[in-house]
Amino acid sequence: MAKSKILMTGNEAIALGAIDAGCRFYAGYPITPQNELTAFMAKNMPKAGGVFIQAESELAAVNMVLGASAAGARAMTSSSSPGISLKQEGISYIAGCRLPAVIVNVMRGGPGLGNIMPAQSDYFQATRSGGHGDYHCLVLAPYSVQEAYDFMFKAFALADKYRNPVMILGDGMLGQMMEPLQLSDNRKTGNQKPKTKIWMLTGCRGRKPNVVKSFYLQEGDLEKFNLTLQKEYRLIRQNEQLYEGIFLKDAKIIIVAYGTMARIAKGAVKKLRKAGKKIGLIRPISLWPFPGNIFRRLAASPKRLSFLVVEMSYGQMIEDVLLSLNGKSPVEFLGRSGGGIPSEEEIINKIKILMK
Amino acid sequence: MEERIIISGSGGQGIMLMGKILAEACLKENRQVTWMPAYGAEVRGGTAYCMVVISDEEIGSPYINEADILVSMNEPSLYKFKKRLKKEGILIVNSSLLNKLSAGRKARNAYPFSDIALGLGNIKVANMVALGAYLALTKKSALKKNILRVIEEIAPPDKKGLVEINKKALLTGAQLVSPHNARTQ
Repeated sequence: MAKSKILMTGNEAIALGAIDAGCRFYAGYPITPQNELTAFMAKNMPKAGGVFIQAESELAAVNMVLGASAAGARAMTSSSSPGISLKQEGISYIAGCRLPAVIVNVMRGGPGLGNIMPAQSDYFQATRSGGHGDYHCLVLAPYSVQEAYDFMFKAFALADKYRNPVMILGDGMLGQMMEPLQLSDNRKTGNQKPKTKIWMLTGCRGRKPNVVKSFYLQEGDLEKFNLTLQKEYRLIRQNEQLYEGIFLKDAKIIIVAYGTMARIAKGAVKKLRKAGKKIGLIRPISLWPFPGNIFRRLAASPKRLSFLVVEMSYGQMIEDVLLSLNGKSPVEFLGRSGGGIPSEEEIINKIKILMK
Repeated sequence: MEERIIISGSGGQGIMLMGKILAEACLKENRQVTWMPAYGAEVRGGTAYCMVVISDEEIGSPYINEADILVSMNEPSLYKFKKRLKKEGILIVNSSLLNKLSAGRKARNAYPFSDIALGLGNIKVANMVALGAYLALTKKSALKKNILRVIEEIAPPDKKGLVEINKKALLTGAQLVSPHNARTQ
């Protein structure tokens, strides 16, 4: 018999996923629409033998994560758009120190304080590093409560594997909605001692001191360090591109959407298919690295294809689609932001216009 | 088969809970379900709503632009959402707190949920009376059993006394609907 499922919000699923993946340090500062995440951590992290801290600010929270990670713990923080902006300095330092960490952004509309309706307006910030310096976060975009949970395991594994910050990019709709959730068979319960990592700071009695820093004064040292980073990024680009594709084989128009926007797009695609229209969908799951390979492969095929990018923004991911296609296929755009969400009907209407 | 339901009313009427109980019961039937709350800058006394989608297939948008069912527990929420109800959709209204005329020609499913709840001894169970009526109108008698189970399970240990009145409210609501009003599916 299949294990029973539980009903949970996306925010809670992210928090539970993190704990189940062995995260034992969380620091955060409240902000809607992700407060259920922080609240869940406050309640459950101590029960799991971990540390929960409501910090005095977003800056403090992200730097506590830096410290916990340097000491070897699986550590994370979370916030929503304006709070994530505040955390950027710390994220840059985490990347510069080559520390694993997970940062969750449950996006809201912007700019400024914006509002708490779902939006995808932080794609650029997430995928183009966000803070200062030439670095990258890996970025994963769950589109269901199940993925919100499952991707936490993946996020911590990737962060450890590449010693790099990983961002989970969701939105208010994903955070607030409840859906059935199947828990993992590999839940890490109880006290999790930090795994031995050769670089972690644990006191250097009897061995050479480890150094975790992002400061390189000697001529040539910083460039050497940056080349090491770039080597990792190349590996990440080669190995970690993730996407879901449906109806790609015979599609004439392919819709591209990520996160909750992709749920709505998928609904539209299914309706269009029922009406006999040859429409497909690519849902990028890793936003950095962007799954450009599938676009390059499709653009190289002899049949004429066009793409429709749908976002809860005025056009951010479309730039990665354009870069990947390199002018080989036409790309159209549909987007709203600031509380407006492109509906199934709007997508279907846009497709009908494009098919004329 | 997919059913998209908007449950609306005012803060304090148990609107979110009504949706959650429905969603939990659907989960027990192993169906796909999403529950989406109003989480904007809501104010006390304003409208509260949640959106529930029940399906046998993967659910696309949890947000509802066109509802199959609209439950309105007070007048402002009826005004806010009635244009989202499909032409052939089912409207269920609480006639204790709204003028039946404002529901227009679809007002045949108007029942005094709040008054019935008062009669049962607790106005707060109006939501369960309405949920019972919804089950009868959409012919979900099988789901009723699971809803009763959910009511038992979610009651906190110190509030088990509320289980019986909630169950009674649900069953009373289901009996309000005459068979010929129930949708044939």
